[in-house]
Amino acid sequence: MLTVTSVSRSFGDKQVLDGVSFEVRPGRMTGFLGANGSGKTTTMRIVLGVLAAHGGTVAWHGSPMTGAVRQRFGYMPEERGLYPKMGVAEQIGWLGRLHGLDQATAKRNTERLLDQLELGHRAKDKLEELSLGNQQRAQIAAALVHDPVMLILDEPFSGLDPIAVETVLGVLRERAANGVPVLFSSHQLSVVERLCDDVVIISGGKIAVSGARDELRAQYGPARFELVVASDAGWVRDVPGVRVVDVDGPRAVFELDGDAGADQVVLQAALRRGTVRSFTPVVPTLGEIFMEAI
Amino acid sequence: MNGVTQHETRGFAAATRLVAEREIKTFLRAKGFWIGLGVIIIGLFAMSILPGVLGGGQTKVVTVGAQAAEALAGTDLEVRAVADVPAAEALVRSEEVEAAVVPDTTAESSTGVRVIALADPPTDVVAALRTAPPVDLLDPAEVGQGPRQIVIMVFAMVFLLFGMGGTAIAQGTVTEKQTRIVEILVSTIPVRALLAGKIVGHSLLAIGQILVLAVVAPIALRLGGHSELLALVAPALGWYVPFLVLGFVLLAAMWAVAGSVVSRQEDLGSSMGLVMMLVMGPYFGVLFFSDNAIVLTVLSYVPFSSAIAMPVRLFAGQVSLWEPLVALGLLAGTVVLIVLLASRVYSGSLLHTGGKLALAKAWSRKD
Repeated sequence: MLTVTSVSRSFGDKQVLDGVSFEVRPGRMTGFLGANGSGKTTTMRIVLGVLAAHGGTVAWHGSPMTGAVRQRFGYMPEERGLYPKMGVAEQIGWLGRLHGLDQATAKRNTERLLDQLELGHRAKDKLEELSLGNQQRAQIAAALVHDPVMLILDEPFSGLDPIAVETVLGVLRERAANGVPVLFSSHQLSVVERLCDDVVIISGGKIAVSGARDELRAQYGPARFELVVASDAGWVRDVPGVRVVDVDGPRAVFELDGDAGADQVVLQAALRRGTVRSFTPVVPTLGEIFMEAI
Repeated sequence: MNGVTQHETRGFAAATRLVAEREIKTFLRAKGFWIGLGVIIIGLFAMSILPGVLGGGQTKVVTVGAQAAEALAGTDLEVRAVADVPAAEALVRSEEVEAAVVPDTTAESSTGVRVIALADPPTDVVAALRTAPPVDLLDPAEVGQGPRQIVIMVFAMVFLLFGMGGTAIAQGTVTEKQTRIVEILVSTIPVRALLAGKIVGHSLLAIGQILVLAVVAPIALRLGGHSELLALVAPALGWYVPFLVLGFVLLAAMWAVAGSVVSRQEDLGSSMGLVMMLVMGPYFGVLFFSDNAIVLTVLSYVPFSSAIAMPVRLFAGQVSLWEPLVALGLLAGTVVLIVLLASRVYSGSLLHTGGKLALAKAWSRKD
């Protein structure tokens, strides 16, 4: 488990991170959300030791982070970069060895990963000869080749076509399922919504929200329900303990006004009046939580 | 977490070795590297063999009469006697010989002979006939001016070639910065290991090339028939190799810093100026002051220029044994100092992006 505690950082007079604390749990995909310039990349760089923190600590399984531990992390920087004139398989294998693999293992892992990422047929080509999408896949292979104990990926899906997103996603999920904590940043809320187990939302250098995605939804969603009946649903307005958000013909969206049982009152009233097509609790999207949190 | 993969922690030495390995492999695969080395080797052979071949051997001369034959005795011209002047003239006209030396009948010549040639006065024949007064040298130089100049040129030129070859280190560093792979590297291994790997890798490459040249140069000299010169050069060559290697390490560290303070290839020119001066300075310094014993002695102790100047002095035989040892020690000390300074500046500037970073700022950056 990775624990970030009260990390702060300034560039000149500008405070970029202010008391940032969160954790990334084993076997879970943690989405790191934030607007541009909110401090996502700076946080990731500090975790990786590329930047120094001006305050706070980063711990791995409860002990302060060391270079030896970091060497086993997998990192995909926001600004992608590998050696343009070096062969794809060659440089991924080399990076694997730099991360501590022996030559044979590095070679084996590289071959397996490239096949998994559907890049096996380009293994001998120079990186610069690949399309941008394929370079992106190579970049992901570079982050994964040494079977990292922790993955930190800065915008891993940007620049990928939908099929590539699924391929990469499959590979990442497999790692998470093996117990590797995965922290990935994104500004595409829909992607994060679909992928992550945990969410950390950063805004203006401070953590606005963090926790399990489903708990956050429950916590952030005021108890809200959608009712669809056969006829006009305007009567819901008159049910006590209920505040109507929207009524549109047979469809009504309402929130509970304190009384926890009022949703059942509405449902029973609807059943007495006739057919009920649907009755569902409305879960807020990450986007809504995001907008509310920042 | 993951039971399959065996990790071992890469220490400083192992990381350095891996970085060096990549640098070397990258270079050995580049065509430019082999072309460069090939050109130097061909140049060496050309310099030592071609003059003998193109010179076409000895000048052929015919003589008429005993006095002419005697005048040319002991010269390195190929002399043949013919019966009379018309026969000699015929041979000159048919260009079988370059000149004919015949008895002087007009009494204009103090030597009593005349020279007949076709279009131009044959300088070597005239020179052979000229009588010069005998000279007694009180302190004869071991080495003539000609070979000395050639050796100075070659030593300086090879230093220049290797020194400038270090630009590849600066370019490699900028490439890593520009492609941002540096972030992955720095998050994986110590920055100092990255710098050390580059210096070690390129120095090994340079040493390899220097050794090839050290082996090839004597062969070229022998093929060119310069065995006496070889005997003179050999000790200097033995000293030149360690000087050149240390000099290269010194420059390699500085080239790496030059690459680290900028972020784009386009800006490299501005940061390479100083290092280029440190390569060109010794080159021109030794070439210009090769006749000034005092300046050359000073240059032979100053790191950078000592790599050329001390071997040159050794070649001319003006030096006692302790001198190159002291100069080598000074050079080695400077290498240690500069590498330490460079590693700090390199660490401070490697992750900097944007314009060129001032050295003082790179020095004080802690992250």
